[in-house]
Amino acid sequence: MDFTRWSLQAVLETRADNVVPPSGYTARLTLFTSAAMAFLAVFALALSLATGRLADHWSSELSRTATVRISAPAGQLVAQTNAALGVLQSTPGVKSARVLDEADERALLEPWFGKDLPLDSLPIPKLIEVIEDAAGIDANGLRLRLQGEAPGAIFDDHTRWRQPLVHAADRLRLLGIAAIVLITATTGAMITLAASSALAANSRVIRVLRLVGARDVYVARAFVRQFTLRAFVGAVVGVALGGLSMATLPSAGDTSGFLSGMGLQGTDWLWLLLIPLLAALVAFAATRVAAFRTLKELT
Amino acid sequence: MRVIELTNVSYGYGDTELLSDLSLHIQPGSFHFLTGPSGSGKTTFLRLCYLDLLATAGQITVFGKQVSEMTRDEVAFTRRRIGVVHQDCQFLDHLPLSQNVTLPLEVADCADEDENLDELLTWVGLADRKSALPPQLSGGERQRAALARAIIMSPDFIIADEPTGNVDWEMSQRLLSLLIELNKMGKTILIATHDLNLIRVAKSQVAARVLRIRDKQLQLAGADL
Repeated sequence: MDFTRWSLQAVLETRADNVVPPSGYTARLTLFTSAAMAFLAVFALALSLATGRLADHWSSELSRTATVRISAPAGQLVAQTNAALGVLQSTPGVKSARVLDEADERALLEPWFGKDLPLDSLPIPKLIEVIEDAAGIDANGLRLRLQGEAPGAIFDDHTRWRQPLVHAADRLRLLGIAAIVLITATTGAMITLAASSALAANSRVIRVLRLVGARDVYVARAFVRQFTLRAFVGAVVGVALGGLSMATLPSAGDTSGFLSGMGLQGTDWLWLLLIPLLAALVAFAATRVAAFRTLKELT
Repeated sequence: MRVIELTNVSYGYGDTELLSDLSLHIQPGSFHFLTGPSGSGKTTFLRLCYLDLLATAGQITVFGKQVSEMTRDEVAFTRRRIGVVHQDCQFLDHLPLSQNVTLPLEVADCADEDENLDELLTWVGLADRKSALPPQLSGGERQRAALARAIIMSPDFIIADEPTGNVDWEMSQRLLSLLIELNKMGKTILIATHDLNLIRVAKSQVAARVLRIRDKQLQLAGADL
């Protein structure tokens, strides 16, 4: 309770403000550090949120789909495709199975080979898109049955390439979080240095205050308020600049790739509001610790 | 309760001892001068009295509480009962005179109780210098401002370190009169000075005891003044 009251006084009280002279150097250093760190935090946060979103997306979308690819001599392709389709339709866990038609195949290959691809003259395997239901498919059992009914059919449940992608996205998300932690710690360290410098530069002021009966909390409060407000204002500027930069990134559309999905989406923007508050909190704690430590050394 | 009591107090740093085996007690409402040659340890003695230094040996009790056992907050609270006129005044140069004078109220969270500021500044002759910054004040004005700051909290004990050191005789008389007036109001006064004339003038107006520091020891001075 006392700490809460002290904290509120430290930030809100204005009366004792001018007891500590404004020091341009440390004020500018704190503002700049806080703004720069908040700017970087916006990107780290965006990275973390975007990769989290990607991991979830890949994980949920791909885990419910599979593909059966039929490679067979031209004369057997249709027969094996029908056989594979028959196997799939009688397999528990298969919600739907659909043979991709020429338009689907063209759409799949278009990004790689262009629009005028002569599909008829290419030995392209037939593809069956399989959608799983909630129960899921027994992949090994299905593979054995396909081997018997359609020897050219290969069941691919995407596990082979889905897992590394999801794993990579998860690692990127962790990296984003680690970056935020590092940025927070660096902000704290820089503000501690700036606060210690300001305290040392004002050692005479502190001595006079102590001599006229000031308690440590009074002296600390004056410094804590200054640094908390500076960190908050700097972070607001940094977040504003970071937010503007994020807004200029290409928006995620139908052709969204990883980079175009880097921007903040929807409620993601609300997370930015936390950055100035976090910066203020870090500055508050860092200055308070530095102030009490320095006060014990100075007087 | 005694204002301050020193029992076999010594102070030094490293191998150098500045004060040795001092014993003294000061009763409420008393008036003391502290004399001694330059460098004899007068300021050090006063700093021990207003808890700016800790004795390296012996025991100091202020307002009934042993200094060595005080917490930092208790030191601060005790200092609010002691008004100090420092030799170098110790102002915050970026604040105007009025704020420097009310600083003890400010740090004690009693800033709203500064209604007597104008009266106090008039009393010390600085009513028209409220907005001046300390570097803009003359030596005499600074000393009077320091005295105003020392008494604004209505302390029980007033310590002055060479309060007339940088002022002319007329201003010395005026400052002395202010301190004697405070003593008559019941305040305990301890003044360090090397100005024997000042002591003679004071002794004609108030029952003052004179202490002298010589050879690291505290003595009660007498007729040789």
